[in-house]
Amino acid sequence: MSSAYGVGAVVVVVLATVLIGAFGIRLSRTTSDFYVASRTVSPLWNASAIGGEYLSGASFLGVAGLILAYGADMLWLPVGWTGGYLVLLVLISAPLRRSGAYTLPDFAEARLESMAVRRVASVLVVLIGWLYLMPQFQSAGLVLRGVTGAPVWVGGLLVAVVVAVNVLSGGMRSITFVQAFQYWLKLTALALPLMFILLAWNADGRPDVAREGPPVFAEQTTVSFPTDVVVKVARATGVTASGVIDGARVDGPLTLAEGRHQVSHDAELTFPAGALVPHVENLPALTDAEWALPLQGRDHPVYATYSLILATFLGTMGLPHVLVRFYTNPDGRAARRTTLAVLALLGAFYLLPAVYGAMGRLYTPELLMTGRTDAVVLTLPSRLVGGTLGELLTALVAAGAFAAFLSTSSGLTVSVAGVIGQDILGGGVRAFRVATVLAVIAPLTLAMMARALAVADVVGLAFAVAASSFCPLLVLGIWWRRLTTTGAMAGLLTGGGLAGLAVAATIIGGPFSGWWGALLAQPAAWTVPISFLVMIVVSLATPRKVPAGVARTMVRLHTPETLNVDRGDWHPRSA
Amino acid sequence: MTERRAGGRSAERRPADRPRREVVTSPRTLAARRPRYSLTREIDEQTQLGEVYMRSLVRTQLRLGLFVCTLLGCVVGGLPLLFLLVPELREVSVLGLPLPWLLLGGLIYPLFVLGGHLYVRSAERNERDFADLVDRT
Repeated sequence: MSSAYGVGAVVVVVLATVLIGAFGIRLSRTTSDFYVASRTVSPLWNASAIGGEYLSGASFLGVAGLILAYGADMLWLPVGWTGGYLVLLVLISAPLRRSGAYTLPDFAEARLESMAVRRVASVLVVLIGWLYLMPQFQSAGLVLRGVTGAPVWVGGLLVAVVVAVNVLSGGMRSITFVQAFQYWLKLTALALPLMFILLAWNADGRPDVAREGPPVFAEQTTVSFPTDVVVKVARATGVTASGVIDGARVDGPLTLAEGRHQVSHDAELTFPAGALVPHVENLPALTDAEWALPLQGRDHPVYATYSLILATFLGTMGLPHVLVRFYTNPDGRAARRTTLAVLALLGAFYLLPAVYGAMGRLYTPELLMTGRTDAVVLTLPSRLVGGTLGELLTALVAAGAFAAFLSTSSGLTVSVAGVIGQDILGGGVRAFRVATVLAVIAPLTLAMMARALAVADVVGLAFAVAASSFCPLLVLGIWWRRLTTTGAMAGLLTGGGLAGLAVAATIIGGPFSGWWGALLAQPAAWTVPISFLVMIVVSLATPRKVPAGVARTMVRLHTPETLNVDRGDWHPRSA
Repeated sequence: MTERRAGGRSAERRPADRPRREVVTSPRTLAARRPRYSLTREIDEQTQLGEVYMRSLVRTQLRLGLFVCTLLGCVVGGLPLLFLLVPELREVSVLGLPLPWLLLGGLIYPLFVLGGHLYVRSAERNERDFADLVDRT
């Protein structure tokens, strides 16, 4: 897949980002510039900017990969990532804008009038941000490897450096139009190749995706392995091999007996047409008909589905880089309209990954064997569309993927660096610079050390932590006067702590099997109710800790801006 | 307007012309009292009346939000349950696509937008009603 076009596309995206960042300094320097400038921005542009920042590598590459591997159950992932905005719209969008909070810790401070709660919120923002950044860097490495053959660490480092330089120079983040453009670029980069893919599928006689029987190689296929894997072979198959298989160097014909086989990296196996596709150890071997059914792919599918729904629908509102975009709306009413437009834009985008996943099942089943299902979006265009056109389409997809890594990582890095600089290092320009480096280095180190996980899985874990900590804080903070400082603190620590532990266990020690594995890999179904419960019960037990200004805060959060009422004089310290 | 202001100014200049103050000995408690404050002032000063109005606004908006969330919960929470209880539904084919794929891969998104649109309309109406109510008095 190595191609000059692909390299060119990545270079163009990176250069454009750096240049826009450099010019961005002159265009906007402070938060308030950003705020004032955006007053002229319509909800549609604002919504495009939110979409551009929100659609990360997980949406662009990861969703299609998980659908290819696990089937219909994974359709819930994009549904939840969109539906989360509906929950956000009806429960928090307008009040959150009216609070005037610029970050989640700002909101915690404004509502609970407590620096202690603010600090806990800051730590959680940093954790969620890092958890979200790590897989972006990991998959940037994979994409760059796919396009240029560079080692896996190069892509992650490239994205990290570009993002850090950009954030340090102060550009990129503040420009609504750039992020808005990113949305339309990503949409085009998925939609245009998909049209050609579907034309090719049509010309192929529209083969049925949900066939009886397991996936087979449609034609003779050479599979190369970027990493060491263990594969399960269901039926003895004769292949042509080169490289180290089961610990012995092979160069020539080989019969892969039924059972498990160790395939070392850089090995190549050539399968004849019609051979069954062996699956990498940790992916379920499903027939295509099973794959097309919901509640079929994973262990404990019903629990996993509900937990995923809870995490995605409630976690969206707690993402650090989403909230800040609401500040760019002039008032609460515009915040609602913007959110509605976001729903429409995300819905349009998420129609595409499912089709990629299904087409991948037909035409790139070897990804089930290498375990790199995240690569399906990058592999399909050149597989189905030959020649220069295929290479150009691949280049377009690679450009879209890099745009996804860069835009999301920039947004997250600014949010995380802002919080580290403000709340941990004590504020100031110097602190922000140090914070930016910290904000990027930590997840980059994690990305290099942690085992390679599916990008959408890790992002799913970030949603679970957000849903178990910030969702109760926001929802109860906005609608319930009796929330107390102690209650909020207890809920944040319990919910965020439990979800964080589950995530750490899954990433460091996992994957675990059985019920424990399901509970740890999808913690939201138990951590979210616990967090809400703790927040409510502790608040009721400590009625004296209700913040003194809660009545004024409620006026501020809920009255429309047209009314001339006293809304208090709190201002976010980061603005 | 100008006349009144001019009158006021002349009154300030000649304090001696003001009517004499009289002590009121019997307040007219039976007469209907006019509200002393505008409602925004009631809200600003957090009087009981102001709090009642604020609570009613918050409650109305919360009720609307929870209604939409409940509907959403029924659709989103109900689908896996439906597929669990009636497994045959998973294999039903509509328009050449399996039903779960048609719903989760396509139709649910316009439903979200529709739900969001109806919510925005109602929430804005609630706010307009509240603003009219508070501004009128």
